[in-house]
Amino acid sequence: MSDVLSGVVARGRPLAPRRRHVPVLVTLGLFLGAFLVGAVRYPNFGTAQVFLDLFIDNGFLIVVAVGMTFVILTGGIDLSVGSVVALSGMLCAIGTMKLHLPAPAVIPLVLAFGTLFGAGMGYMIHVFQVQPFIATLAGMFLARGLCLTLSENQISIDDSFFDALALNSLHLPGGTHLSYGAVTALAVFAIAAFVLQWTRTGRNVYAVGGNEQSALLMGLPVGRTKIQVYAISGFCSALGGVLFALYTLSGDPTHAIGMELDAIAAVVIGGTVLTGGSGYLVGSILGVLVLGVIKTILSFEGTLSSWWTRIAIGVLLFGFIALQRLINARHRAAAAST
Amino acid sequence: MNRAALTSRLAAFARSSLFWPVTVLVAMLLGNVIFTHGFLAIHVRQGHLYGSLIDILLFGAPLILVALGMTIVIATGGIDLSVGATVAISGALACYLISKGHGLFVAIGVAVVASLLLGAWNGLLVTRLGIQPIIATLILMVAGRGVAQLITGGQIITINDQDYKLIGGGYWLGLPFAIILVAIALGVTVALTRRTALGMLLESVGGNAEASRLVGIRAAGLIVLAYAFCGLCAGIAGLMISSNTLSADGNHAGLWIELDAILAVVLGGTALTGGRFSLAGTVVGALIIQTLDTTIYTAGIPPRTTLVFEAVVVTIVCLLQSPAFRAKVMRRRRRRAKEPAPATSKQEVTA
Repeated sequence: MSDVLSGVVARGRPLAPRRRHVPVLVTLGLFLGAFLVGAVRYPNFGTAQVFLDLFIDNGFLIVVAVGMTFVILTGGIDLSVGSVVALSGMLCAIGTMKLHLPAPAVIPLVLAFGTLFGAGMGYMIHVFQVQPFIATLAGMFLARGLCLTLSENQISIDDSFFDALALNSLHLPGGTHLSYGAVTALAVFAIAAFVLQWTRTGRNVYAVGGNEQSALLMGLPVGRTKIQVYAISGFCSALGGVLFALYTLSGDPTHAIGMELDAIAAVVIGGTVLTGGSGYLVGSILGVLVLGVIKTILSFEGTLSSWWTRIAIGVLLFGFIALQRLINARHRAAAAST
Repeated sequence: MNRAALTSRLAAFARSSLFWPVTVLVAMLLGNVIFTHGFLAIHVRQGHLYGSLIDILLFGAPLILVALGMTIVIATGGIDLSVGATVAISGALACYLISKGHGLFVAIGVAVVASLLLGAWNGLLVTRLGIQPIIATLILMVAGRGVAQLITGGQIITINDQDYKLIGGGYWLGLPFAIILVAIALGVTVALTRRTALGMLLESVGGNAEASRLVGIRAAGLIVLAYAFCGLCAGIAGLMISSNTLSADGNHAGLWIELDAILAVVLGGTALTGGRFSLAGTVVGALIIQTLDTTIYTAGIPPRTTLVFEAVVVTIVCLLQSPAFRAKVMRRRRRRAKEPAPATSKQEVTA
């Protein structure tokens, strides 16, 4: 009802944002603000390449956050993504370096493994009604344990296919460049955004997250959708792992520890609610960029010790979330009074 | 007690949510007896109790304590990811103050008050700013470890104070002091939540915070109280961990204890959606996790595969607790019980 009303109001004032777009716009504003602060404060910050570097350095996180968005939109959560990223990187390294398989054969196998891993967790969550937090926590332990069982040490990747992808990059006008990993991440984002906005699958995801009971009564395939989103998240984590292996040219059992929290934070900063049913994929990408710009600013600062970096990340995260809450609350109050 | 009353009581226990966690715990302990003879034996040496069971309780003490606080937070429908950071901060503060020559009670007091405040800060973020609990506590989880490292100066502080050692590694009345401390905390929590209306109010807030507020329950105050209590528990656990080794490591103390604590709560049958909690279940859940760790050490399994075993046990317990899974297995077993007749006739045909 109120959404309909605000839609009517918005049509009356063409430039006024729709209420459901406000959280994403707030995140966009905060990101631009942070980038501007960096550009004013440090020379060499406000260039197109620094902006593109955000995608290059966080490409894997973008892919993982895309998968996480699907899961969170249905009201679930996936804690296994960090471990699956590490496991996929390990499998890439072992497949190419130890088993001497060709990389174009290893990568699809790794992606299929990640998808099955996710689908398995989804099956447990839907069929046996295990809580998503716990089912994926078990998945997190399993994947990390498998990593350590496979090898306790880092394995470097020295494969012609990986080298070719990692060392070359796409040249853009203006002397800037974008790595193939970042291009993949953007392609994944474009496909996922299309699926979520314009396909039946996407509608089902929003419907299940909005109210599972209603979705079931409307005859939507709730079980299939729930297993699907975890499979998508597993696929995205595996792809994130391949990109991470490409970025670091190695597989390491301790890679990507805590990445699930980065991904969840990115999704939430992007305006998606953890109870599901509302949010946009583009918000999650902006969330990743916000986290990325915080890290870039801290690296431009340069002199911080590792613990001050942690404290600064925490304080900035708090600042962003608090500001976002205040702006959204004020907007909601304004909408309620009109 | 006559036999009928006993069987009815057993049947009631078999239906209770505690049945499967307790069964798994007992099965693990019995499994250990097969691997290591004398696993259940408890010796008295120099007036102190020794044995694997005592070890499980002693090493599990911080986890039980943290899980206790976590249970209360989860009962209100929240979650606290920052307990690991609180463990590190509390241990670092106490060791830093002792190493600077302050008294034992000053050090412990400052650490305890600091952890209470950290918990209350989480609660205020959740209630005042309306931030989702997982994100509100994530902030302290990230920043807190930095603060702990700041206190220790990025190094491991070692101290030599035998009185401080009592909290986590000392003995009192023949028992490790940490176990007594946990027993007291558990007793006080049970008394406060089950003998007064507090427990019911917490469950009501977890069931529906807005409805509770409308019937006159101070939902916001209770939520802040729950997070502050969780911080307090984590702080005491931090004192235990640092006192056991007489050192404070800002980087590794209490690392990932939040996940173990949440796991303990869920293994004990408390749902993450809030509105209901079981303290006894949490203790059993924490003991399952600690027994698993101890088993892996005593059975000589390489520690790097620990996580795989943990994943397997978690999956088994969760599946056993799932009514859908039990129904499916039961149905299959019943079908198998019915099936033998046609199966044998088929065999005859093929023969």
